This record gives sequence, structure tokens and C-alpha cells, in this order.
Amino acid sequence: MTWPLFWSNLANAISLGSLYSLIAIGYTMVYGILRLVNFAHADLLMVAAYAALYGILIFRLPFVISVLLAIVLTAGVGVLIERRAYRPLRDSPRITAMISAIGVSFLLENLGLVLFTGRPKSFPVPGFLGASTDIAGVRVSNITFVIIFVTAILLLIVLYVINKTKTGIAMRALARDFDTARLMGVDVDSVISLTFALGSALAAVGGVMWALKFPQINPLMGMMPGLKCFIAAVFGGIGNVVGAVVGGFLLGVAEIMLVAFLPSVSGYRDAFAFVILIATLLFRPTGLLGEKIGEKV
Amino acid sequence: MSTHANKGTLRIIVVAAVMVLLLAWAQGDLRFIGIGPWDAYFVRILNLAAINTILALSLNLVNGFTGQFSLGHAGFMAVGAYTTSLLVMTPQMKKVVFFMEPMFEPLDRICIPFLPALLVGGVVSCVFGILVGIPALRLKGDYLAIATLGFAEIIRLILQNVRRLTNGALGLKGIPQVVNLWWTFGAGVAVFLFIRGFVRSSFGRALIAIRDNETAAELMGIDVFKHKLLAFAISSFVTGIGGGLMASLLTTIDPAMFKFPLTFQILLTVVLGGMGSLSGSVIAAFIVTFMTEFLRVVDEPLQLGAYTIHVPGLRMVIFSALLVIVVVFYPRGLMGNKELTWESLSSPVSRLLRRRVAS
Repeated sequence: MTWPLFWSNLANAISLGSLYSLIAIGYTMVYGILRLVNFAHADLLMVAAYAALYGILIFRLPFVISVLLAIVLTAGVGVLIERRAYRPLRDSPRITAMISAIGVSFLLENLGLVLFTGRPKSFPVPGFLGASTDIAGVRVSNITFVIIFVTAILLLIVLYVINKTKTGIAMRALARDFDTARLMGVDVDSVISLTFALGSALAAVGGVMWALKFPQINPLMGMMPGLKCFIAAVFGGIGNVVGAVVGGFLLGVAEIMLVAFLPSVSGYRDAFAFVILIATLLFRPTGLLGEKIGEKV
Repeated sequence: MSTHANKGTLRIIVVAAVMVLLLAWAQGDLRFIGIGPWDAYFVRILNLAAINTILALSLNLVNGFTGQFSLGHAGFMAVGAYTTSLLVMTPQMKKVVFFMEPMFEPLDRICIPFLPALLVGGVVSCVFGILVGIPALRLKGDYLAIATLGFAEIIRLILQNVRRLTNGALGLKGIPQVVNLWWTFGAGVAVFLFIRGFVRSSFGRALIAIRDNETAAELMGIDVFKHKLLAFAISSFVTGIGGGLMASLLTTIDPAMFKFPLTFQILLTVVLGGMGSLSGSVIAAFIVTFMTEFLRVVDEPLQLGAYTIHVPGLRMVIFSALLVIVVVFYPRGLMGNKELTWESLSSPVSRLLRRRVAS
């Protein structure tokens, strides 16, 4: 492989890794608090991408306003899902809530198929983002820089919220010990709603940037990235935001590099993440940065 | 005591006889006395319902009785379906289907009857089940679910990529349509009795103990991992059989068929029927299969006065909403973990009769 090709693969890998990280944060926050694999999280990517698309094409809104509205809408959908489909099951076995999450995920996908049809739509990429820049003979598309920049900013914001604000402390308290936190006066419902709003907003940003990077969107676009991002969260150590980011990055980079160096296995690209998942769970179930939590009997 | 036992035997004989007569009527084997067969479309739905029953029962064994949440059913179905199909397809047909790349050497000439092929499909699927189960069953709860989902996806990707064995994404066609109602209902009844027997045996009781409290079960001396693996192996064997029957009924298969939505439909059936109820799975399999067919109406254009409403895909929206509604509002499903028995059937009837007599 030539060096320029390697660098362009690396740029591609880092931008994919950033997107995985952004989406994985939502999984890890929800899992940390509710011990729930929020299958529907993946489909919020699709909700955000279509909301932005319709804002631009149907309502003729400027790109930025349309994207902001899409983020707000997606956050609202995330909160609504929690309230209707997960909150009534908070005291049920965890698997029951997961079945509900699978149901919501399929509901969103099929609603998407009904409303937007299964035919892929092309996402209107603004001219500046569609162009690319030459760096020392390597062509890197501008969206790559935007993705990395936006991910970095959002990650800092999330870390600030989780570590410095009162809500963040409440989130961490809930993640550590749900019942004690409640007894200490944490308003469980509103903190969980906020968690979903934050996670869904990040998924929305991820979804829009995904649509900018891969401008053919369809109602099932979130399915595979969603599963992979959950895997990234497990790989990094579930419940740990920094772990999710590290896991997302490593998964994205590994996936692109695997295909770049071993083109013969490109047919198995989507299987790679699952191999990582199984290996992680077998050899280091807490993930790279996770803490060991003993099972309570 | 003996009259009680006799009554039970008599009931079973009557039910079996009625079922055989109905199947013969539907299949057209009573043509010599001038009745049947039933409408081909309806017979096809009945076949599908019986196969879905088999799939739901096998998922229920793992998810409902053992409490191990597996989402890998589509993968094991695919293994059974491909194995059976590759064994029963004629060499000529294989040559036609594998026009892109020729098939592996000895397999392109092998052609065996359906029943052994179906059983081999089950066994191969069972082997895959054990291979997947050994690493996966060390995990619990949602991790197990994601891992099995991953294994199913890996199996599907292998089927899609090993073109000389499976014809890749193009899939197989021209699979001989051997199955009829006798096959599907015969297999359905056999699977039902087999799983019921298994669940009622000491193994089955150990599985239920593991579901209810794994730590306690282990302390009671149950080899938890061995029991889980056994349940998983049996489940994947039965799923493979279901896949083989499905392949022979549909006559064409391709890897895209065996994606997660297929597992979703089986999961919906098990949840609707009640996790841990075999009769619930049977009832729900028929309900879901018939709903799938009759709800095709909502996917068709609908004429309302001057307006035409056409929303393709609404059917699946209804199914996914149904799953959420059942889980949130009726988490026990139709039957919970109870079974349909003669007593539960007859008690409302006899109560009604008694009330009649009293008034």
C-alpha cells in the first residue's frame, strides 16, 4: 500500500471512528443507568437524517437550522420512547425491557419504511462539506474534518456535563446504585429523561454527519452502525463515556484498516465487530476501561 | 383411577383422529369420497403456521424455559435450510443454479431423500448450536442476546461469501417441494411432544430452576453450563429442522431471508404466546401466521370514496407496535407460563353449564 493511500484510509478511519464514538456514548449512558441495551438508539440516526433532509427539501430551511431542529426533534423522540416503552418496565426483568427496545427499534424502522419508502434518498450535502482539501498530496474530504472537530467538541461538553454539573453527578449516582441514589433525593425520572435527551441528541448529530459522509440514506441505515456502536461501548467498557469513545475509535480504525490491508475479507467486514464483541466478553468482560462490578446475589 | 386414565387416552385418540381427518381433507387425500383439497393458498398458510410453531417452540425452550435470551435463531434456521436444500437438490438443478461458480466437488453429485436430508440439516444446525453455545452461553442476559445476534449475522455472512457451497447472495432455487401438511404438522406434533417431554423431565426441571435462580440452581448441584448447552443444542436442532421444512416449502432461499427480522417474528410469537408456555407458542404461531397473511390487506391500496390510501409496509408497523404493546401492558402474553389443559378448557364451559342449570 502506498503512503498517500494509507493516509487517506487513516483519515477515513478516524472519521468513521468519531461517528462510532458519538453514537456509542448514548448506548453507554443508558446502559450505565438502566442496564438496558437501547436498540432504538440506532434508529434515531435515521430519524435525525430524515428530519434534516425534510427540513431542507420540503420546508426550505437553511442547512444549519434544519439540522438543529432535527436534533431537537430526535432528542424529543428519544425521551418519548423512554417514557412510553421503557419506564413502565423499569421494575420488570431486564430482558423484558430489552424486548420492548427491540420492538421500538422495529417500529421506528417500519414507520420509516412506510413514511419515507425503502428507496434510498440522496442527502443534500452543502457544497463546502462535499468538497475536499489537499494535504501534502492526500485528498481528504472536508466532512472528515468537520466530523472530527464536532465529535471532539461534543465529547468535551458531555464530559463537562457528566463530571461537573449536578445532573451529571445524579447520572453517575444512578449508574452506581439506583436505589440509594433515589433515597438520597435524586429525581430519577427527570434524570433518566435528560440522559435520553442527551444521548439521543448525540445520536442525532451522529446521524446527520453519517448522512453527510454516506449521502444515500434509507430507513434501515441505523441498524448496522447501531449494533457496532453498542459493541464499541462494550469493547471500551460499558457505562464509561471515555471507554465508549476509545472503543468507537478503535473499532472504526480497525474496521477500515482490516479492509484496506486484507481486501479478500471485505465480505466479512460487518462480522468483524461481532468477533471483537465475543472476544471482549470472553477475555475481558469489563471492556478496556470498565470497572469490575461483582454480581449481587 | 383407571377410568380417568382411559378418559385421557380416549381424548388423545379422538383429537388425533380428528386432526388426521382434517389434514387428509385439507391435503386432498379424501378426494376419493369427493371432498377436499382445501384452497391452495389456505393450505400454504397452514403449512407456514406449523413451521412457525416449530420455530417458536424451539425459541421458547431457550428463552422461556431456560431463561437464556438468544437472538440467533435466524442463523440456525439458515444452516438447516441450506444443508437440507443442498442435499435434496438434484445434480442437474445444482448445475443450473450454480452458474456463476461451480459447486464443491462431491456435493454437486449428492442427492438424498428428504427425510434424511432434513435430519442431517438438524444435526448440522445442532453442531453449529454447540459451537456457538460453548463461548456464548458463558454470557448472561443482554450480552448473550447481542452475542447470539452476532453469531447469526456471522453465519449469514459466511453463507453469503462461500459461493462455491451456497451460491452466495443469489441463493438457491429449485429446491424440491416435498413438504405438505403431513410433513409440517407431523413434524410440529413430534417437536411439541419432544419438547414437552424434555421440559417435564428432570433436565427440564433443572432448566426452569436455572431460569428462576441461577445461583440457587448451581448450589443445588445442577451443572448450569451443561444444562444450558443441552437446551441450546436441542433448540438449534429443532430450529434447523424448521429451516429445512421452510426451504422445501418455499423452494427458494437466499441469505437475505435470514436477517434479524426473521428472528424478530419468532420472538414476537413467543412473547405473544407467553414465555414458558408451549401451548401458548402454538396458539401464537397460528395467530401471527394468519395475521401476517390477512394483514396483507392493509398493504394493498384501499379505496375510500374518492381517495385511494396506499401504505405498503403498514403490516410490519402493526407487528412491531403489537410487540411493544404486549410487552408493556401484557408482559405475560396469552398464556403466561401456564399450559392449555383439558381442565382449563372445560372449566369455563362447565361453569357456564352449571349456571344454566342453576337458573
